[in-house]
Amino acid sequence: MSTVVFARHQVTATERFRDAGWVAFVALILGIPLIGLTTVDGGGALEVETRFGVLAIFVVVSFVGRLGLRWLIDTMGARKLERLRDDSNKSAGISPVKVVNILGWIALGASIALPIMYSDNRYVVDTATTVLIYVMLGWGLNVVVGLAGLLDLGYVAFYAVGAYSYALLSTQYGWGFWEALPVSGGLAATFGILLGYPILRLRGDYLAIVTLGFGEIIRIILVNWTEFSNGPNGISSIPRPSLFGLDFTRSPAEGEQTFASFFGIEYSPMHRLIFLYYLILVLALLTHAFVSRLRKLPIGRAWEALREDEIACQAMGMNTTNIKLSAFAIGAMLGGFAGMFFAARQGFISPESFTFTESAIILAIVVLGGMGSQMGVVLAATLLVLIPEFGRNFSEYRMLLFGAAMVLIMVWKPSGLLSHREPTLRLSRGGAAINDAVKEAAQ
Amino acid sequence: MMLTMEGVHAHYGHIHALHGIDVEVQVGEIVTLIGANGAGKSTLMMSLFGRPQASAGRIVFDGEDITHLSTHDIARRGIALVPEGRRIFPRMTVLENLQIGAAQADPANYEADIARVYSMFPILQERLSQRAGTLSGGEQQMLAIGRALMSRPKLLLLDEPSLGLAPIYIRRIFQIVRELNQDHGMTILLVEQNANQALKVAHRAYVLQHGEITLSGTGAELLASPEVRAAYLEGGGHA
Repeated sequence: MSTVVFARHQVTATERFRDAGWVAFVALILGIPLIGLTTVDGGGALEVETRFGVLAIFVVVSFVGRLGLRWLIDTMGARKLERLRDDSNKSAGISPVKVVNILGWIALGASIALPIMYSDNRYVVDTATTVLIYVMLGWGLNVVVGLAGLLDLGYVAFYAVGAYSYALLSTQYGWGFWEALPVSGGLAATFGILLGYPILRLRGDYLAIVTLGFGEIIRIILVNWTEFSNGPNGISSIPRPSLFGLDFTRSPAEGEQTFASFFGIEYSPMHRLIFLYYLILVLALLTHAFVSRLRKLPIGRAWEALREDEIACQAMGMNTTNIKLSAFAIGAMLGGFAGMFFAARQGFISPESFTFTESAIILAIVVLGGMGSQMGVVLAATLLVLIPEFGRNFSEYRMLLFGAAMVLIMVWKPSGLLSHREPTLRLSRGGAAINDAVKEAAQ
Repeated sequence: MMLTMEGVHAHYGHIHALHGIDVEVQVGEIVTLIGANGAGKSTLMMSLFGRPQASAGRIVFDGEDITHLSTHDIARRGIALVPEGRRIFPRMTVLENLQIGAAQADPANYEADIARVYSMFPILQERLSQRAGTLSGGEQQMLAIGRALMSRPKLLLLDEPSLGLAPIYIRRIFQIVRELNQDHGMTILLVEQNANQALKVAHRAYVLQHGEITLSGTGAELLASPEVRAAYLEGGGHA
């Protein structure tokens, strides 16, 4: 380790200018037809007009922009090298695991305090709820993509299955939120296994294509099977969840009490929003506890081993079929729970909420966060929901800002915001392995 | 008899890779397979493991026909593989790698098995919480062997364990093979390109050419055989 060389080619000014010159040249070639020439309506016939002034501005902007970008990337790279040099000299300091843990507790505290501090701000509580839905989805997909290493581009299908299960069970059969919860999760898990079976032999790109197709199939069925799902019109007036039978309505139904009347407080529509917020917070935390626990059990290690090397897994006597199916099923179930909450919160769902863009955003959360990192998902979900929100002031440039932020994160941290992998086994001072599962199994 | 392969044929798609192989391994033996690149050594070993499954013939392990079992079922019968190229789990720690090796074994044996691995490979004990991908090639090979031992196999398959290692590690690996056999009574099937060293440790050996067994005998016999010397030992640069 001591012989790592941190050499780096020093870029000269001429090289920078040549590089920017090339970009400007390409911009010029592309710009002539795209910007330089335009057609105007000249009294019945189209006339070609030239706009060389605009073209010149475009070329100059490309030139300067490229210079700036190059400079930025180079200085960032140099800084990173410097840090590496420092690290190899003194490895002491706070470990990244500790920092992440502290961050986690701060985030938990903040998320519990948030609705209390903003109890009259509908917008903040609503946005925070959305963040938490994505956190939960990210944690669910993390099982499939981050731990088991199976690239799933159709995750939104399970979100849709969960949402529609609850919507149909409640509006058609009068089921409550809590009764429908296990059924929706179970249905989503079943769909996970259904998707898992035909693609057991696929990996990487091929797997991605099939899962992408699966996501679309579910959405298209929901659009076209009108008798079943009410088609593109969606399902409305989905009942809201209650707190142990206490509804969040203004006036109680006969013989029943509402949340406000039971506690003898004045009715406020914020009560329900805050309740929904805490509900998704609890669901998300349960998901986190569940996934973290699984990761430390043999099944979790099997998922990670599968991600690392499938052939070696089989040679260790692992049944890779079961490992893959369990990853798909558990990932799908968690997505189903999130979907169910989504339906209950919105009160209205339609196939439009379950497009490929959603799958892409959830996958982006997992990848930007750092594959397999639970805290990374929280960070990425917060960023990906908040950036478009802050971008509202920029109206149509909103998505441009969103895209630029994603590009910047990937340039700055190519393996995700928090790419540190925490081992599932720790060593005690004596050197013996500490692992609950091993101890339990040995007893 | 620990392992018997009778008239085993194997195909990769349309390519006929093994043409009627007969191989036997007895309890407590080191048997080695030598042969040039592409002779079918690794195919033979992998077809034992059902990848690809034998298209004809019979494979019997410990009295049970395993010809048509799936890979993981074969592994659970007590065969452990140290695959070519090591194939450790690089992003997981050394300890996690060992733990996965023991995943299908009886948990009651865990302490004893890991103690055996530590005593054979003290370097692994020093690196338990290090990511396996950061180990050197020789250390990774030891981890791959240690991981295989964690399942308490009856038969250990080693596929080119000396490939790409520094000479000092190559010597160490062959030393380990001998120790495993003599001190722990492990039955070993070894595939090697390093014919000289492999024949020296082996009780018996087979020479594989174009998917067929062309010669067999004790290690010493083959070491002395003029054909083997000409084809695999002299001028090949193996020492």
